[in-house]
Amino acid sequence: MADKTKKTTIFDPVILKDAVINSFVKLNPKTLCRSPVMFVVEIVTVLTTILLFLSIAKVIDENPFFIGQISLWLWFTVLFANFSEAMAEGRGKAQANSLRQTKVETIAKLLTNEKSTDHKLIPATELKRDDLVLVETGGIIPGDGEIIEGVALIDESAITGESAAVLKQSGGDKSSVTAGTCVISDWIKVKITSNPGESFLDQMIALVEGAKRQKTPNEIALSILLVGMTIVFLIATATIEMFAIYAGTTISITSLIALLVTIIPTTIGGLLSAIGIAGIDRLVQHNVLAMSGSAVEAAGDVDTLLLDKTGTITFGNRMASDFIPLAGISEMELADAAQLSSLSDETPEGRSIVVLAKNKYGLNERNIAQLKAEFIPFTAQTRMSGVLFENNEIYKGATDAVIDFIKRGNKSFEPPKELNLIVEQISMNGSTPLTVVKNKKLLGVINLKDIVKGDIRERFDELRRMGIRTIMITGDNPLTAAAIAKEAGVDDFLAGAKPQDKMNLIRTEQAKGKLLAMTGDGTNDAPALAQSDVGVAMNSGTQAAKEAANMIDLDSNPTKLIEIVKIGKQLLITRGALTTFSIANDVSKYFAIIPAMFCTTYPELRALNIMHLETSHSAILSAVIFNALIIIALLPISLRGVKYKPASAAIILRHNIFVYGIGGIIVPFIGMKIIDIIVNFLNLV
Amino acid sequence: MILADIFQIFIYCLIILVLTKPLGSYLTKVFNRENTFLDPILCPVEKLIYKLSAANTEEQDWIQYTKSMLLFNFIGIIFLYLILRLQNFLPFNYEHLSPISPDLAFNIAVSFTSNTNWQSYIPETTTSYFTEILGLTVQNFLSAATGIVLAIAFMRAFARESSNTIGNFWGDLVRSVLWILLPLSLVLSIVFVFEGMPQNFNPPVHVQTLEGKTQIIPQGPVASRESIKALGTNGGGFFNANSAHSYENPTPLTNFLQMLAIFLIGAALTNTFGRMVKDQRQGWVLLSAMFILFLGGALITYFQEISGNPLIKSFITGGNMEGKEVRFGIIGSALYSIVTTAASCGAVNSMHDSFLPLGGVMPLINIMLGEIIIGGVGSGLYGMLLFAIMAVFISGLMVGRTPEYLGKKIEAKEIKMTVLAVLILPICVHCFTALSCISSYGVKGPLNIGPHGFAEIIYAISSASANNGSSFAGINANTSFYNLITGLAMLIGRFLIIIPTMATAGSLVRKKIIPSSPGTLPTTNLTFVSLLILVIITVGGLVYFPALSLGPIVEHFLMLKGITF
Repeated sequence: MADKTKKTTIFDPVILKDAVINSFVKLNPKTLCRSPVMFVVEIVTVLTTILLFLSIAKVIDENPFFIGQISLWLWFTVLFANFSEAMAEGRGKAQANSLRQTKVETIAKLLTNEKSTDHKLIPATELKRDDLVLVETGGIIPGDGEIIEGVALIDESAITGESAAVLKQSGGDKSSVTAGTCVISDWIKVKITSNPGESFLDQMIALVEGAKRQKTPNEIALSILLVGMTIVFLIATATIEMFAIYAGTTISITSLIALLVTIIPTTIGGLLSAIGIAGIDRLVQHNVLAMSGSAVEAAGDVDTLLLDKTGTITFGNRMASDFIPLAGISEMELADAAQLSSLSDETPEGRSIVVLAKNKYGLNERNIAQLKAEFIPFTAQTRMSGVLFENNEIYKGATDAVIDFIKRGNKSFEPPKELNLIVEQISMNGSTPLTVVKNKKLLGVINLKDIVKGDIRERFDELRRMGIRTIMITGDNPLTAAAIAKEAGVDDFLAGAKPQDKMNLIRTEQAKGKLLAMTGDGTNDAPALAQSDVGVAMNSGTQAAKEAANMIDLDSNPTKLIEIVKIGKQLLITRGALTTFSIANDVSKYFAIIPAMFCTTYPELRALNIMHLETSHSAILSAVIFNALIIIALLPISLRGVKYKPASAAIILRHNIFVYGIGGIIVPFIGMKIIDIIVNFLNLV
Repeated sequence: MILADIFQIFIYCLIILVLTKPLGSYLTKVFNRENTFLDPILCPVEKLIYKLSAANTEEQDWIQYTKSMLLFNFIGIIFLYLILRLQNFLPFNYEHLSPISPDLAFNIAVSFTSNTNWQSYIPETTTSYFTEILGLTVQNFLSAATGIVLAIAFMRAFARESSNTIGNFWGDLVRSVLWILLPLSLVLSIVFVFEGMPQNFNPPVHVQTLEGKTQIIPQGPVASRESIKALGTNGGGFFNANSAHSYENPTPLTNFLQMLAIFLIGAALTNTFGRMVKDQRQGWVLLSAMFILFLGGALITYFQEISGNPLIKSFITGGNMEGKEVRFGIIGSALYSIVTTAASCGAVNSMHDSFLPLGGVMPLINIMLGEIIIGGVGSGLYGMLLFAIMAVFISGLMVGRTPEYLGKKIEAKEIKMTVLAVLILPICVHCFTALSCISSYGVKGPLNIGPHGFAEIIYAISSASANNGSSFAGINANTSFYNLITGLAMLIGRFLIIIPTMATAGSLVRKKIIPSSPGTLPTTNLTFVSLLILVIITVGGLVYFPALSLGPIVEHFLMLKGITF
């Protein structure tokens, strides 16, 4: 849920301090060479620093104060880039560490014998796959695993933030447990399913650590482009020296380096890693763990969402909405009978009948004990439930079951046509009919409605604007499915779906070149989760489902899929926007540095100094300072992500080209002018 | 006057636009092997060629396709080199011209095979009719055909899905010569002959001038050479003065027709592309971007030239006529210079060297952008498509999806190859220019000093690297040094770029076509056109800014101060 996200402020002092230290640690060329653009900057920065010493020693004839400042700001450029990565890392780690904390301190009770409860105590970090552990009341589950014996109430709030405890037991769909959660009552034996360093949490932490992080496919492609541009600019700047020789002059290496650093894509080069880490981090804030960075990217690419009807599109339970009496029966009579039959029915459907009768017909809830009534519960054989009191017998159930029941006593009984009409009508509207019979006399039908979640329609509209198709999956008959699909506003539905149908649907869509996302929790969802491009497993789901998925939602909220798609898109948009901004920035740099560079050979080129920067030195310095500061200025955007409003690609593109493309051309003109004024005001050159 | 000139530009664009669709449709049919009206005549010829050559016409993957192309062109270079070296033993050598020196022969062989037609020599006194016809003109056809088939193969990479093959080089080559280049050249040659171009095998005429000296007036099969020179964006002239020569370009009509012919196939290929990918708008978008860049260049050069040199404005009116033929005037020359450089043709009807600095910079920029504004036949289209891939990649991310172009995902592999293909040109231009600037052989080339001399060098290198072949003039390029480095530049600019280009195609053709949705980056609207132009200028153009500012840009400002070179 959005309101439950754990937010760290952008500049948390602890993270800030670590990040500052780390930005120096990251100066190590071995780590820096992961980012080729910044690596080049570091090399030329070292070169400038050497030039500084040479100028101090008067080996070269240049102003040491000027070279000193240039090299200082070049160091800042590298440090700022490192700082950005360190900040993103720090925030991600803080997020993950709060989850990890529990795990480190846990002592596990390793079972020595499967049959008994003999165990020895070992630190949770030493647990290996297939180890068996015992967890008793009050104990913390030491590792991700599967319950093989026992039933227990488990508090998962440490991970999900959900305070209500959940019941987990061996076998079935509720057997998987997560490290760090706590057993409130009873005991369980858990089979550990991951080796140390392999658990979801460990994988998560690896994703936010810059040095170990695997670049995502898209990031690799972008890096290639940046490297290519860097090489070309390197050659273009280096050859200027030869061109100058032809013109009968030489250009100072400092200004060549300044030109190089300002035109190679340092902005995006410096922020690329931070953007990637921050994307993963945003997922964690939404309580989603991703198994890989590429899964987050794939989320942005998704064309089709497969959504289970129950729990995602509709509330899990159906609610009574109408009482429809047969001819000759009053509504009140039917409501009264329906309420009586449901008094002891603790299912949500049953409760909703009681409430409806009370609210709509003023029938107060009666006490079943006072009535001396006997409740007849629902069984798979009778497919009815009901009540016996004062020689009355009232039942409610599926229409065919009720008719069978009457026929058993009266072989010639023919249900009235009217009943069929009502039942058909209700099914067509996507609801479930429940027929009520009192003393073998048909009274009427209760309309049990599938309640579509309140805001779901708007969210589907949003998705449609983003170009994403939604397909509802349901086991209902096509008639019911169609009605719900219409009400919820999904684009398509798959009715009467069996697990295999889901799989086939994914395959056919993928064959068309589409990317699919789905959520699932059961073991029978696992193949489909594995096949889909983005498979989100519910944390409450089985171990099999979690292993097949590439993301896990700790809140077990299937609607989260929509959030995940948005985060994926936001990540890609941020990357694209800053790339565009970075490249657009180049235009102004030429106008600052070129006239300054040739100020002695060709003073006429001053005409290109359209910003009217004061002197050639101040122009070069301003460009370098702007180039360094813009990295820090854009850091908050990189960490938070570019604002994303769902809209069609055409609209988003137009908007972003305007802001980051045109803006990217204009902003540095203004920025460099302001810096130039300050530089001259402070007499720095 | 100005209005009439602008009207001429407008008419020119209009005619190209009108011809784009029908020719584009015809080209599509030719390469999709659908029925065309020329089939009854040409199909038997095609069959005969296959029979004689025993060519393998099965579908090829990108490696086989590229290998076939490289092999074919390698043989072409060797064959042409031998003709040039042995022309004294071959017929139709009326002036008893000697064999061509090895360095020049290498340069010419590469130049004509790579569709560059850079000529550092004087044709009248260097090449025999035999060399012209069977050596150079043959390569004019074949190099143009090579460009076209590569573009077609590249289009197939987008049109097909989950496939390995991109067509058959030999089959495509034969069809592009028989169905496209030969018929169009034939028609155009006949018109040219009617306009007064020579078309004969007569030896040069020796005449006694009034001054008593002997003048040699060369003639020969000019009209047939001129048509393919323009249609195939070759640009290599029969005479040294190229299209400024009255035999090569006798009338304003031939001038206009040449300009039309230069753009004709390149423009039509954009429509063919649209048809191949089943959305003609995709082609129109590329053409729009090309035309906007073209018009920008044409108008800047035209207004620079018509406003004339500010230093002599007080006593010479009517614009800058230096280096221009009176029969074409300023518009005929300015427009021709932009058309020929935009389209990688390289024919010239005026001396770009004599343009004003900012008038001459536009042809240079056209070349530096990599010949993508219409561009060389075929090569212009795949060059533009590479930029489209770049544009989609850089800004496509901004819509929140992995970038897709025409339903094909643009991923690391395509980007690697595209970046390589796009960036080879600036690297080549910068390195060879730098080499020329610091080598003692290099600095001897330009006839002028200062920024103008620099412009002469960088123009020559760019022209060779981008396979344009036009000459800024004012540089003595027929030296071993320049013959060697321009020769290398042409090889790199043509064949080294083709390999990553085709690798991109090979990778794209294997991909599925993802159906488009509102979430897909639209590539058929004005936003995309502007985006494409922006990327071409920032990624393809800005890198030359420092070099240009040391050449024509500073020359312009110096001129305003009264300093000329």
